[in-house]
Amino acid sequence: MRRSQVQARINGADIDFLCEPRQSLLEVLRDELGLTGTKEGCANGNCGACSVMLNGRIVNSCCVLGVEAEGAEVTTIEGVAHGDQLHPLQQAFLEEAALQCGICTPGFIIGAKALLDREPNADEQRIRHWLAGNLCRCTGYDKIIRAVLRAEEHMQEATKA
Amino acid sequence: MTTIEKPTYTIIGTRPIRPDGVEKVTGKAQYGADIRLPGMIFGRVLRSPHAHARIRSIDTSAAESFPGVLAVLTHADFPVAADRVEELGETAVNLKELSENILAAGKALYRGHAIAAVAAANPHVAEEALKLIKVDYELLPPVTDVRDAMREDAPLLNENRYTKELGGAKSDKPSNIASHVQFQSGDIAAAFADADHVVEREFTTKMVHQGYIEPQNSTASWNSDGTLVIWTSTQGAFSVRAQLSEILKMPVARIKVVPMEIGGGFGGKLPIYLDPVAALLSKKSGHPVKVVMNRTEVFEGTGPTSGTYIKLKAAEKGGKLTAIEATLAYEAGAYPGSSVGAGAMCMLSPYNIENFKIDGYDVVVNKPKTAAYRAPGAPASAFATESVLDELAKAAKIDPLQFRLQNSAHEGTRMVTGVPFPRIGHEEVVEAALNSAHYRSPIEGPYRGRGVASGFWFNAGMQSSVVVSVNTDGTVNLTEGSTDIGGTRASLAMQLGETLGIPYDTIKPTVVDTDSIGHNDVTGGSRTTFASGMAVYEAGMDVQREMLKRASKLLNAPETDLVYEHGGVHVVSDPAKKMSFKEIAAQSARTGGPINGKGSVLARGAGAAYGTHIVDVEVDPDTGKVTILRYTAVQDVGTAIHPAYVEGQIQGGAVQGIGWALNEEYYYDDTGRMANSSFLDYRMPTTLDVPLIDTILVEVPNPGHPYGVRGVGEVPIVPPLAAVANAIADATGHRFTDLPISPRRVVEELHGLG
Repeated sequence: MRRSQVQARINGADIDFLCEPRQSLLEVLRDELGLTGTKEGCANGNCGACSVMLNGRIVNSCCVLGVEAEGAEVTTIEGVAHGDQLHPLQQAFLEEAALQCGICTPGFIIGAKALLDREPNADEQRIRHWLAGNLCRCTGYDKIIRAVLRAEEHMQEATKA
Repeated sequence: MTTIEKPTYTIIGTRPIRPDGVEKVTGKAQYGADIRLPGMIFGRVLRSPHAHARIRSIDTSAAESFPGVLAVLTHADFPVAADRVEELGETAVNLKELSENILAAGKALYRGHAIAAVAAANPHVAEEALKLIKVDYELLPPVTDVRDAMREDAPLLNENRYTKELGGAKSDKPSNIASHVQFQSGDIAAAFADADHVVEREFTTKMVHQGYIEPQNSTASWNSDGTLVIWTSTQGAFSVRAQLSEILKMPVARIKVVPMEIGGGFGGKLPIYLDPVAALLSKKSGHPVKVVMNRTEVFEGTGPTSGTYIKLKAAEKGGKLTAIEATLAYEAGAYPGSSVGAGAMCMLSPYNIENFKIDGYDVVVNKPKTAAYRAPGAPASAFATESVLDELAKAAKIDPLQFRLQNSAHEGTRMVTGVPFPRIGHEEVVEAALNSAHYRSPIEGPYRGRGVASGFWFNAGMQSSVVVSVNTDGTVNLTEGSTDIGGTRASLAMQLGETLGIPYDTIKPTVVDTDSIGHNDVTGGSRTTFASGMAVYEAGMDVQREMLKRASKLLNAPETDLVYEHGGVHVVSDPAKKMSFKEIAAQSARTGGPINGKGSVLARGAGAAYGTHIVDVEVDPDTGKVTILRYTAVQDVGTAIHPAYVEGQIQGGAVQGIGWALNEEYYYDDTGRMANSSFLDYRMPTTLDVPLIDTILVEVPNPGHPYGVRGVGEVPIVPPLAAVANAIADATGHRFTDLPISPRRVVEELHGLG
C-alpha cells in the first residue's frame, strides 16, 4: 500500500514520517517512530492505554489515523518529563505506588495531565469522572486517585512558591 | 495495625520507590509488544468462527502465494505432543491438549480456537492473507453451559473422554465430565437432622476474564544453529521454556526465554498460546516474527476462569456451624482442568466444621480453555459458602462477623483434606473487622445495606533461585528470575537489604532471561515475595558467611570471634575492631576474589492467607444500579514487606471481585458466540464504579518464612463476590444467587420479571 508523507510536531520536535493510510496514530508512534511508551490495550478506544495529546486534546491514538496527524502537535508519555526532571504526576505515581504492572500508567499520566493542565483544583469525583475512560486492572484505582490528588497539591505549592 | 509482636526491622515495612518505577512512568520500560528486531516480520492467527466444528480440511495455498506472506502454519507443522500431564505453576495441563489448544487439530472446540497462522512483512498484510485460508468445517452442536454439558444427551466435545471417578475408576460411557473429586468427613445426615436451622441454595457464576490490559504477545527468533530465542510477556519464563521444549521437542538448553515487562497476568499468563506459533513461523520464514493478540482474541482465545454451578446446604445449631453439603460443577472450557478442586478445598477453610461432604465436577464446554485467575476456584465457592453463612447467622440472630468468629478455623483445625493448619490468622482478621471504624459506623437509609464475607487461599512455595554479586564499591546486584508484576523487585531488594543490613538504594535487582539464572517457578500462587524472598535471604546469608571469612583475614581474628551485624563485621572480644560491608567489599580482590551469594530454595511452609471484607451498597430499584458506598478489606498479610504494594494487591483484588459480582460475564448467544468480546461490552470496573478501598493489614507472621511473609496477592479476590451479594440482600431483602448482579438482573428479580 502506498505510503503518505506526514509532518507533525511530536514531543516538541518536528518529525517527518511515512505511513499507510490504514495505519493508526498508535501504530505510527510505536512501529514507525519507536515511541513505544504509548500502549495498545484494545485498539478500539475502550481502555485509554494509548492516550496522547493531539493539538491540546486528549485522544485515544488507536482511533486516530496516522495521516490525521499532519501539521498537528502530539505529546506522548515520552514528552512529559523534562530530561531527568519528572513531572509531578510521574513523581506522585512513584511515591504513592500508583502502578503495579505499569501498562496503563502512561495513559493515566497523559490523561491526568490533561485534566490538571486545565483544572488544577479538580476534586476526587472530578478526577474519577475524567479518568473513567482509562482502565487499570491491578490497582483498583485507589492509589491512582491518591497520586493525582498529591500531584495536584505539589503543583499548587509550586505555583504559589 | 499489628496484632502480634514482631522484630524491629530497618527496611521491611517502609515504602521506598520501586527500582523499575522511573522507567514505567516515563514510557521507557520494554513490554513484550515493544520489542523490534532487525528484519522482524509480523504474525497473525486465524481463529474458528464456530463454537464446535470438525475441521475437514485446511487449504492454505492462496494465503501462501499472497504477496508479502513469508510463512503459513497449521497444527500439521507441530511435532506430535505427548499425551501426559505437566504441572504449570498453579495449573496442570495435558501436553497434547496444550498443543491442540495452540493450533487446533481435527476439531475446533470453541469460537476463537486458533486454526492457522500467517507471517508477513506487516501485520495488515498478514491479516488480509488470513482471509484467503479456506477451512472446510462440519458444524457440530455446541454446549456452553456447565449443567447442559453434564446431561447424558449433551453433545460430546471428545468422544473418547470418560469421567475419572473417585479412586481412579472410569465411567462406563463417554462424558463431558472429565473428573469427579470428593472430600468428606463426619456424619452430615445426623447433623442436618439435629440442626436448629438449615439453609439450602443453588448458585451460578459466569465465566469471567482476568482482564489484564496488555494482550498476549510473543516474538521469536529461530537461529540457523537450531537455537531459539523468545521475547514474551509471561508470569514464568522457565515455564514457557519447559512448555516450548515439550511442544517443539527441543532440548531445554537450546531455548532462551527473555521475560519482557508484563502488563498484568492474574494467572492468565501462565499457559502459552503464541510462543510456539511465533517460533515455527520464524523457523519457516527465516525472520524474527512478532505476534500480538488483539482484545477480541484475548477474550475469545485465552483462558478466562470457570463459570460455575454450586448447590450448597448448611446447618447451624446453637450458633455453631455443624454441617455442609455441597456440589460444585466448574466449566473447564474446551479441555479438562478447571479449578474445581481448589474451589472445593478452599470453601470451608475459614471455618471449623466437623461434618461435610463436597463433590466437585470438572466439565468441558465449548468455550475457551480456562486458565488460573487469582485464587483460582475459590471466589465462586466462597460466594456460595459465605452467602449461606449469612443466612444462617441471620436465622440464628447472631451478628454475621460474630458468627464467623465463633466458627473460625485456627491452628490445628483440619482442612477438608485432613491436613491440620499451622498458625493462621482468620480469627485476628475477623476481630479486626469487628473493631473497624467501618463496621462500627451506622448504615442507614432506604435500599442501603452492609455485607461481610471471609475468604481463604493456600498460597504457594515452590522453587526459586537468585544470585547476589557484591561490587567493590559496596553496591550489590541482585539477579533473579521471577517476573515482576507488581513490585517484587522492590520486595526482594528490601529483604536483601534487611538481611545484609545495607541500604535499599545500594541494591540493583534485575529480572534476567532463562540462560542467566537457575530455575524459577512462575510468579503465581502469591509465591514470589515469599519463596524468592527466602532465596534472597539464603543468598544474603551466603554473602554474610563469605564476609566473615574475608573479615577474618582483614581484622586478623578467627571467624569464631566475629559476628556479622548491622551491615558489617566486628570482633566479639574487641568490638572496636570492625569493618563495614563496604570496606570488606572494597578489599575483595585482595582477600579471595569476588564475593557472591547464591540462594536456591524449594520453599515449604507457605502461610495461608485470610481476608474479611466489609462493603456498604446502595441499590437503585428502578435502574438496578448498585453503588459501592464504602469498602474495607481486612487481611492477614504475615509481614508487610512494602505495605503500599501490599495494600495495592488487596485493593486491586477487591475491585476485580466487585466487577465479578456486579458486571463481568462472558455473554453467549445460542450459537456459542461470545457477544461481548470488547472492553466496551465486557464491563470491568472503572474509576467511577468504585470508591477508595480501605485496607487493614493484620500481621500474623508466617512461621515458615525468615521475615514472616505470607503471600498477599490472591486472597483479596475471594470475599468480594459474597460480601457484595450479602450487602445487596441487606439493602433489598432479596437474596441474589446468580452472578453478575447486573442492573438487568436487579430490576428483573426485584420486580418479579424475567
